Amino acid sequence: MSELPKARIATASLAGCFGCHMAILDIDERLIELMKLVDVDRSPLTDKKRFTERCDIGIIEGGCCNEENVHVLQDFRRNCDVLIALGQCAIMGGLPAMRNAIMHSDAPLRECLDEAYITGRYIRNTTHNVPNDPALPLLLDEVYPCSQVVEIDYQIPGCAPSGDIIFDTLTKLLTGKFRGFEPEMIKFD
Amino acid sequence: MSGTKKETGFAFTIDGVEVTAYAGQTIMEAADEAGVYIPRLCDHQGLRHQGSCRVCTVKAGGRSVAACTQPAAPGQSVENETPHLNKMRRDLVEMLFHEGNHLCPICEASGNCELQAMAYRLDMTETTRFPYLEPCRALDASHPDIALDTNRCISCGRCIRASQDVDGKGVFGYVGRGIHRRVAVNGEDLADTDAEVTDHAISSEVCPVGCIIRKRVGFVTPIGEREFDKGLIGHEIEEKRK
Amino acid sequence: MDNGQNGSNGVASPVCNVAPIPEAEIAAICAAHGNDQHRMLDILREVQDRYRCIAPSTMDMIAAETGLTRIEVEGVASFYSFLSLTPKGRITIRFCDDIVDRYCGLKDVVEAFEDVLGIKTGETSPDGEFSLEYTPCIGMCDQAPAVMINDVIVTGLTVETAQSTAEALKQGTSPEQLVSDRFKDLTPHERALRMVENNIRHAGEVLLGPVPEDAGLNKAAAMTPTQIITAVEESGLRGCGGAGFTTGRKWRFAASERAEKHYVICNADEGEPGTFKDRVLLTERPHLLIEGMTIAARAVGARHGILYLRGEYVYLRELLEQVLEERRRRNLLGKAILGIKNFDFDIRLQLGAGAYICGEEGALISSCEGLPGEPKTRPPFPVNRGYLGYPTVVNNVETFCHAARILDKGAKWFHDMGTEGSHGTKLFSVCGDCLNPGIYELPYGHSVWELLEMVGGGDAAAVQVGGPSGTMIARDSFHRKLTFDDLATGGAIIVFNGERNILEIVEYYMSFFVHESCGYCTPCRVGNVFLQKAIHKFRKGLANPEDVDYLKDLSATIIETSRCGLGMTSPNPILTTLQNFPLVYSVVTKPNKDRIRDTFDIQSAIDGARKIAKRRSYIFDKDFTQ
Repeated sequence: MSELPKARIATASLAGCFGCHMAILDIDERLIELMKLVDVDRSPLTDKKRFTERCDIGIIEGGCCNEENVHVLQDFRRNCDVLIALGQCAIMGGLPAMRNAIMHSDAPLRECLDEAYITGRYIRNTTHNVPNDPALPLLLDEVYPCSQVVEIDYQIPGCAPSGDIIFDTLTKLLTGKFRGFEPEMIKFD
Repeated sequence: MSGTKKETGFAFTIDGVEVTAYAGQTIMEAADEAGVYIPRLCDHQGLRHQGSCRVCTVKAGGRSVAACTQPAAPGQSVENETPHLNKMRRDLVEMLFHEGNHLCPICEASGNCELQAMAYRLDMTETTRFPYLEPCRALDASHPDIALDTNRCISCGRCIRASQDVDGKGVFGYVGRGIHRRVAVNGEDLADTDAEVTDHAISSEVCPVGCIIRKRVGFVTPIGEREFDKGLIGHEIEEKRK
Repeated sequence: MDNGQNGSNGVASPVCNVAPIPEAEIAAICAAHGNDQHRMLDILREVQDRYRCIAPSTMDMIAAETGLTRIEVEGVASFYSFLSLTPKGRITIRFCDDIVDRYCGLKDVVEAFEDVLGIKTGETSPDGEFSLEYTPCIGMCDQAPAVMINDVIVTGLTVETAQSTAEALKQGTSPEQLVSDRFKDLTPHERALRMVENNIRHAGEVLLGPVPEDAGLNKAAAMTPTQIITAVEESGLRGCGGAGFTTGRKWRFAASERAEKHYVICNADEGEPGTFKDRVLLTERPHLLIEGMTIAARAVGARHGILYLRGEYVYLRELLEQVLEERRRRNLLGKAILGIKNFDFDIRLQLGAGAYICGEEGALISSCEGLPGEPKTRPPFPVNRGYLGYPTVVNNVETFCHAARILDKGAKWFHDMGTEGSHGTKLFSVCGDCLNPGIYELPYGHSVWELLEMVGGGDAAAVQVGGPSGTMIARDSFHRKLTFDDLATGGAIIVFNGERNILEIVEYYMSFFVHESCGYCTPCRVGNVFLQKAIHKFRKGLANPEDVDYLKDLSATIIETSRCGLGMTSPNPILTTLQNFPLVYSVVTKPNKDRIRDTFDIQSAIDGARKIAKRRSYIFDKDFTQ
């Protein structure tokens, strides 16, 4: 394995909880083995905010709930040969996408923000305003799975995916041996 | 066994495996007894066959039929575990996921859910091309011991048949047509019916998903130690053959 | 976009704000139908007609009277389009929303009604006088646009006649008075013809030419059941409703089934958009139809028959009741028909209530049994176990009429017409962009070109043969023949000229199937919604080239796994246009750039937030400045 040239990977967390990135750490001591195969480029793990060069694999956690998510995802698509959606939020929107189904009024986004910041039962917001700093990215009308914004090559299911399935999938992809998941490994929770 | 002259038993094959059936048996009934698992969601042990989810679609004599309602025929060769059929089944399971709101990470049924388990078995892991319909249906928590979240209902109707035929009650029924067709209760809400938590229809084995919820027992078994964490759906049937 | 799932959650029951209905009145309606749960559709229709709504409390009462649960009653009441759980107006106006009506100026007609009555389609006026709604094809495509006003049909509307009709209704004119001031004095046949034109353009030898009265029945009376079946078999007659099953074989199967009772059912649920041939037979040849049913009854040993009339044809109810009554008087129905001992047969009329699926044999039987119109599991087949579990023959109106003529003129006479495998004549109902829409009775085997010449449709660019569940063909296929083996049709021929948008037609047809799917099985219930949404993407220019494969792939799953003919044919509008009009799809697709989906529209996705935040995007608005 070690004689292979090292692959470059990048990761990003969009509308997710960072749990999938934590799950990458669940690979535990096998991380050492993995690091023999890859260099990590742009990623919260390296704190690199920009791509330094083109990457072989991009790993995306979370779906798209705001314009910045879309921007980052498109940037990853441009800079990565293979894009992997990691975890249920990236795959199908996940928890953030609950707002898609809950809101069916004429102004769903307004309704969502009002409930989240003003009218919700447990809200203690003395300003009675929805935060609107110019630095805040604009929200999308609904939460989109990554595959609706860019082409996604592989999905690793789970909330969060187990360290095992992440390690197994990545090492197989890197060595050209990925032929799909063992059914016993697939989990949506 | 082939060419058997037994009065009631006859032989047919599923994926080349010889299976014995008796007059009046469906393909699935015979397969279950023989330890051949045919995926299914709306069909359930002890309940009338309905043939609505279509996940049990097999090819019998060249025609695609629902194994749960199609009578077995002597000498017939049935295809079950083929890539083609499993692709159709995966489409059907995915349709059910997209028709309702199936958020496994927040669902109490996760790990015990047959819909989810079927997705595992059929390898529903590729990028979806189906849209999400994202319905918005109210939760019915009126009953002291039971709650209903029909956002997770897959219209299998197992609760309807269990309540009618086993409990002798008729708590549930279908209303509406087409994409609006769904399971509803016999009254204003669940509290308005004679449903009891001890009903067979309410038991954990009847609702395949997290739609019928028994209150105050949630998460007694932790995620990761649940039914389909222990084995793939259908393994009990398949083990009969081992 | 409507996800098809909004609205009531199916748990709480809808509210019906009408005066409480006395229990005694409901009990009387139920009693008039023998408190029989199998007559549920009749009971609910009557309640709907009288109280304009089937309220939850009413459902409780009906359930108590008929020995059902309320949810079972609700299951039926919520299935049929013409039944409503919320109050409808005293006068309900249903616009026929077929694609042909749309191309004949439906929009303007609808607006005229909306303007005069002051409500939008889908609404009921606050005084409870009027409701406006859309309904799929009501079988008047040869005289579109058409509306149903309660039980009355008005066709060939223009903006002016729509306005005057709406004004008259608003002034208190009854729907019947719209037809004639002397409505009461007219015979049912006169009433039907005042409302709806027959438009018989070409009468053939079998059905629409001169037909001697009951000649077939008189001959059949002298024959044994086996001889009758043999004659029908030898004629080569195949079902005229669309599926084309050999009629004689169907009768033989039913006759050979030993049972306490047998039934004969006539399928007059002519719902395939663009089909209206049975309408004309029911109007002009009702005796021939009943004659054919009576012959079938003799052949299979049935004493009971049902004529299932689609709810849209309620205006023909009186006419048919009168025919049945007359035939009973003349001893052509009832006990000892024609004085023959043990030849007993009578027919009841069963009215539908707005559900295309009831044209499917099993669904039609379910509907006759007072159930939601859901197809039945096969096997058993209706000829073995059909209505209430008894062997049942279900045939189309035209098929029964043909059978009666075959018995009179002989199998050979019929067999000699048409082509090999498609014998006799066929009624074609032609509509759309042609000079002479209407009914053409022709022997099987004419080419589409020949038919188009007859109807004045020479500039056709596309022809939908057999309605949405059939085949859409382009000019390069107009040489094809109208037979069971080439282009099969239950009768519908819809002509489209070069100005029509094929994708618009396809989207309409998919929305039709979504509306009419019974919802029993997964692929048809859900898959058709996906197909409809996918076609919508094409129309909006939001489809990728790979979406063409997606359409084919999803269609294949729906066709292969659906439980009945609806799902097995509903992808046909897509598949046949993909095959015959591939360019209309490819020109609107957008390939991805750099594997980024061009179909994801960031501008519309952030538009709502832009308005709420009252600022522009620092990423996606190029002119953004702080």
